[in-house]
Amino acid sequence: MHLYPVEKSLQLFPFSCGSAAPTVSLLFRVWLPLCLFLRRIITTQAISSFGGLQLLNGPSVADQGKLTARERILLLLDPDSFDEYDMFVEHRCTDFGMDSSKNKYPGDSVVTGRGRINGRLAYVFSQDFTVFGGSLSGVHAQKICKIMDQAAMVGAPVIGLNDSGGARIQEGVESLAGYADIFLRNVLCSGVIPQISLIMGPCAGGAVYSPALTDFTFMVKDTSYLFITGPDVVKSVTNEDVTQEQLGGAKTHTAVSGVAHRAFENDIDALLNLREFFNYLPLSNRDPAPVCECHDPSDRPVPELDTIVPSESTKAYDMLDIVHSIVDEREFFEIMPTYARNIVVGFARMNGRTVGIVGNQPKVASGCLDINSSVKGARFVRFCDAFNIPLITFVDVPGFLPGTAQEYGGIIRHGAKLLFAFAEATVPKITVITRKAYGGAYDVMSSKHLRGDVNYAWPTAEVAVMGAKGAVQIIFRGKEADAEEEYVDKFANPFPAAMRGFVDDIIQPSTTRARICHDLDVLASKSQSSPWKKHANIPL
Amino acid sequence: MKEKRCSTTQKWETLCSRWCLVTSHKLYSSVYDPNEKTFEKLLIANRGEIACRVIKTCKKMGIKTVAIHSDVDANAVHVKMADEAVCVGPAPTSKSYLNMDAIMEVIRKMGAQAVHPGYGFLSENKEFARRLASEGVTFIGPDTHAIQAMGDKIESKLLAKNAKVNTIPGFDGVVKDADEAVRIAREIGYPVMIKASAGGGGKGMRIAWDDEETREGFRFSSQEAASSFGDDRLLIEKFIDNPRHIEIQVLADKHGNALWLNERECSIQRRNQKVVEEAPSTFLDPETRRAMGEQAVALAKAVKYSSAGTVEFLVDSSKNFYFLEMNTRLQVEHPVTECITGLDLVQEMIRVAKGYPLRHKQADIPINGWAVECRVYAEDPYKSFGLPSIGKLSQYQEPLHVPSVRVDSGIQQGSDISIYYDPMISKLITYGSNRAEALKRMEEALDNYVIRGVAHNISLLREVIVHPRFVQGDISTKFLPEVYPDGFKGHKLTDLERRQLLATAVSLYVVEQLRSQRFLGTPRIPIAKSKRSSWELSVHLGDGIYPVAVSKDGSSFSVEVDGMKLNVTSEWNLASPLLSVTIDGTQRTIQRISRNASGETSIQFLGTVYKLQILTKVAAELSKYMPEKAAEDTSSILRSPMPGTVVAVSVKPGDMVSEGQEICVIEAMKMQNSMIAAKTGKVSHLRSLKTICNLSNRIEFKKEKRRILVVKELSLIVVSLSK
Repeated sequence: MHLYPVEKSLQLFPFSCGSAAPTVSLLFRVWLPLCLFLRRIITTQAISSFGGLQLLNGPSVADQGKLTARERILLLLDPDSFDEYDMFVEHRCTDFGMDSSKNKYPGDSVVTGRGRINGRLAYVFSQDFTVFGGSLSGVHAQKICKIMDQAAMVGAPVIGLNDSGGARIQEGVESLAGYADIFLRNVLCSGVIPQISLIMGPCAGGAVYSPALTDFTFMVKDTSYLFITGPDVVKSVTNEDVTQEQLGGAKTHTAVSGVAHRAFENDIDALLNLREFFNYLPLSNRDPAPVCECHDPSDRPVPELDTIVPSESTKAYDMLDIVHSIVDEREFFEIMPTYARNIVVGFARMNGRTVGIVGNQPKVASGCLDINSSVKGARFVRFCDAFNIPLITFVDVPGFLPGTAQEYGGIIRHGAKLLFAFAEATVPKITVITRKAYGGAYDVMSSKHLRGDVNYAWPTAEVAVMGAKGAVQIIFRGKEADAEEEYVDKFANPFPAAMRGFVDDIIQPSTTRARICHDLDVLASKSQSSPWKKHANIPL
Repeated sequence: MKEKRCSTTQKWETLCSRWCLVTSHKLYSSVYDPNEKTFEKLLIANRGEIACRVIKTCKKMGIKTVAIHSDVDANAVHVKMADEAVCVGPAPTSKSYLNMDAIMEVIRKMGAQAVHPGYGFLSENKEFARRLASEGVTFIGPDTHAIQAMGDKIESKLLAKNAKVNTIPGFDGVVKDADEAVRIAREIGYPVMIKASAGGGGKGMRIAWDDEETREGFRFSSQEAASSFGDDRLLIEKFIDNPRHIEIQVLADKHGNALWLNERECSIQRRNQKVVEEAPSTFLDPETRRAMGEQAVALAKAVKYSSAGTVEFLVDSSKNFYFLEMNTRLQVEHPVTECITGLDLVQEMIRVAKGYPLRHKQADIPINGWAVECRVYAEDPYKSFGLPSIGKLSQYQEPLHVPSVRVDSGIQQGSDISIYYDPMISKLITYGSNRAEALKRMEEALDNYVIRGVAHNISLLREVIVHPRFVQGDISTKFLPEVYPDGFKGHKLTDLERRQLLATAVSLYVVEQLRSQRFLGTPRIPIAKSKRSSWELSVHLGDGIYPVAVSKDGSSFSVEVDGMKLNVTSEWNLASPLLSVTIDGTQRTIQRISRNASGETSIQFLGTVYKLQILTKVAAELSKYMPEKAAEDTSSILRSPMPGTVVAVSVKPGDMVSEGQEICVIEAMKMQNSMIAAKTGKVSHLRSLKTICNLSNRIEFKKEKRRILVVKELSLIVVSLSK
């Protein structure tokens, strides 16, 4: 990346330093104008690279614990891999004294370009808060659209580093048009190339919809905010007293609203994690899930899994223990770890290949499916399906959460999303029933019936319409005391499902990793299609 | 007809073998020793490591085994190893492993002819031995008389005196109240030691240097005596300053024969519990050894002892030795004796119990080589040399590939270390032709021991065995507090070691970085191959920030740190929990415990886990602009150092408490811990007292939070901030 190109460029043109001694006429007629022209290029680049930092009285990013737009790109991309676009672009606004030279910044309030992350191509824009608060002008949007168009054409992800005060008010509707141009591209690129937003400062008003349209939204703790309207407007409209942090801080969006997928400690932490996250993703929907070099043997037995499920079916255990022990090198990049914790989703690798993991978490709310967990799971499944990432599902689900809150909230509609997503997915789907698979939730969780490719049950699996107690109450109206035992014998085990072929095999838990790795190798060439349609109509 | 039957049998055999072929199951075949008749079925009234140990010998002797277990132990290793297993009750020991009625029931039902009690639990319970005898079941241990005589501290000392065994001067007394305790203590002269008469080992032992401490010691000891043993009697005796703890293993049969199997040095202790043991002792000369052995045998004969037993002595600096107590059971540290004598003590115990005379004469008992045992505990050694930790062993690998290593353990990968039982993970024993060799192997074994998921005391063990004082044999029971007066803080790196650690860490980092650029297959958009071969990094370790330059040269790295160049080579397998690294010719086994994308990594190096953060030079430069996050103020929260049960609460809601005041007492792993307020304030509310922090609740919380939970549950929480 050409951060401070001045010195470097001067070295390329020794004549401007006067070391050569050419003829005088040549000097005046050719070299001098060229020299002046080059000087303009160089100084413009230099000015652009400083952004708003050149104003001594401008906002100081350091005080806010933030990095500058360019520093962020420097950390995100491989060294010397950044190729910048549109460094000379200036805003076109002439009102309110904006056309004065001191209000012009070459490159305006965003840095755009392409670069490499661990050698793989990525398009990046990084909003520059030091220039008009990172506000979005017409050309700012135009610059972003340019790289998005190219990214879609080439088939490489777009990463947005958002740090913007909102629309450039001086530009009025031009700014709004700019937002819409970006939104449209977000939508058109959706499912074509991965789009990632990292919120590193304020992001308010209409601006929030661009991150919302992208595949993943990450935030930086304490320094980033996402909201439709800020605390002042909230106060004047609803008379609520709320701080920025409470309204739209990282904690709110990762734990309460589910808007953001993960939060990181600070800018550096976030960018380094983003680099790691990027390695899990294919570059586009044209590419298979990436396969990394892996040192973890694919047939490694996992003896602890044989005893991990407690003998009492009411006792909880941590699904993350299972996930960590099965995947390569215990590395699991969890998505939304603090939201709807009754379902676990995230990326890992099996024998080097990226997989998407979905698992019910018995430790939280017994691992039941509710509105939030269904939506969280559905969105993740659809991402994996769109980008050819195989899905591995670990099932221990007692059913959907009952109650008025859930019914009024539309659990039927939202639960259907997860069902829809699993049924629609054509990527390799491997399911392991570790314990409970009750009722409709059994069907939903990537069952054989929803085109599951390989469905396993552990010996502890119980595939049934409901728990034995409830079932017996319905069947016998509580009159038969020992019927519960009969029901347990009949249904609280994997045999009924296995006899019908609804699970392909009952496996020893310690062999799960080896089985899944083998299956993935075979399923890598899977090809499955759905009937032609313009698009499906998922119950939104 | 006969032929047909034959063919059916043949068919069946063929079927079996083909089934074996297909399923690759191996049929188990036991080898019975027909020469010596022994028990047919034996029940092990214990759990964990010692149950497994007994089962191993039983298997060799061709004895069928029955394990008992509590419901949380249903998947334990000893249950899997035994031929049969029966659940005897819920998790708390009083309802399972100490539940005599249930155990007797199992013995009857399963038809066990003998019972091996292991150590702890019912091993020295005369009532249990009596009940077994009354049902005609053999108790593998001494008879009730010996258990009773030696189980009572006061009676045992009288017996020892009569048998002309050296005893500790000035002891006597059954104590009624605190005042009497003080009176007795003054009579004997401070310092004195107070403990429950019925208690074994060092558990519940307290030392008082003045009247006030005597009162406190009396309070705790009598409480513990009542709760653990149902017996209020206490023992107060002269405390020998700076002693060594050396014990003699004895083995006696029912025919009046008794042998001493040399000594074990068990001086390295924390809170009067042994940590490192060895045999023989560096301190004893042959005369002292013989004198101690002969006195031990005299005592054994005096109580008509049969089976294996241990006579514990305190030995002062001038090699005077005093009888401490006799343990009428197999000791935890028996393997070191087995190593140097070649005897299988469990087998001998079973033989003796069956009525056979000893096979050996005193002259046959050798001292072959040297054996060292480290007790590997699931505990945090940085808190008073070890406070119990609990959790699931997410990764567990014993260092059995190191030569002459024996690991006695009763757990495996995935096992839970729970609050209900002793937190011992295993006993790690190494053997060598001499002490130096045994210690060298121990060092290697500790480095190669993989334990993840719970805190463990490997760092402390490793520091002890390489400490110059230990290596010279200059030890006493006060070794740990003397060597680490401010508590154990982990290994202190020398400059060279620090460089080695930094070099290893950055090399690993670079290997990881390079690997993350290697994708298999042929991507649609070609990957830009980095031609980089040198890196400038900045490493945060402890309080220091170290600039490090790395350059790659084939599979090795040249690392420049502090102006010194180090060459690091390894196989760099990033998935293996153990990594053998050669740094400038020095071989080190390190373990990378964790890493994350933020450059944070923790590495176990020389036993101690170090936290490092590795950043590129640019990132490190920029990281100074990152905001400092304020640490959470925890002084108004009371955190239990470990999960446990609340046994006493000393405050009420609304009480004012001052800094340092006791709020409650938590019992965990048979230890009572006083919880004190970290600041002055008012108790705002208390919820659900005396709640056990039970398993299902605990699982709700992640490791760090688990500690808070105990508090939340008992909710001692303190503190409205106003004074």
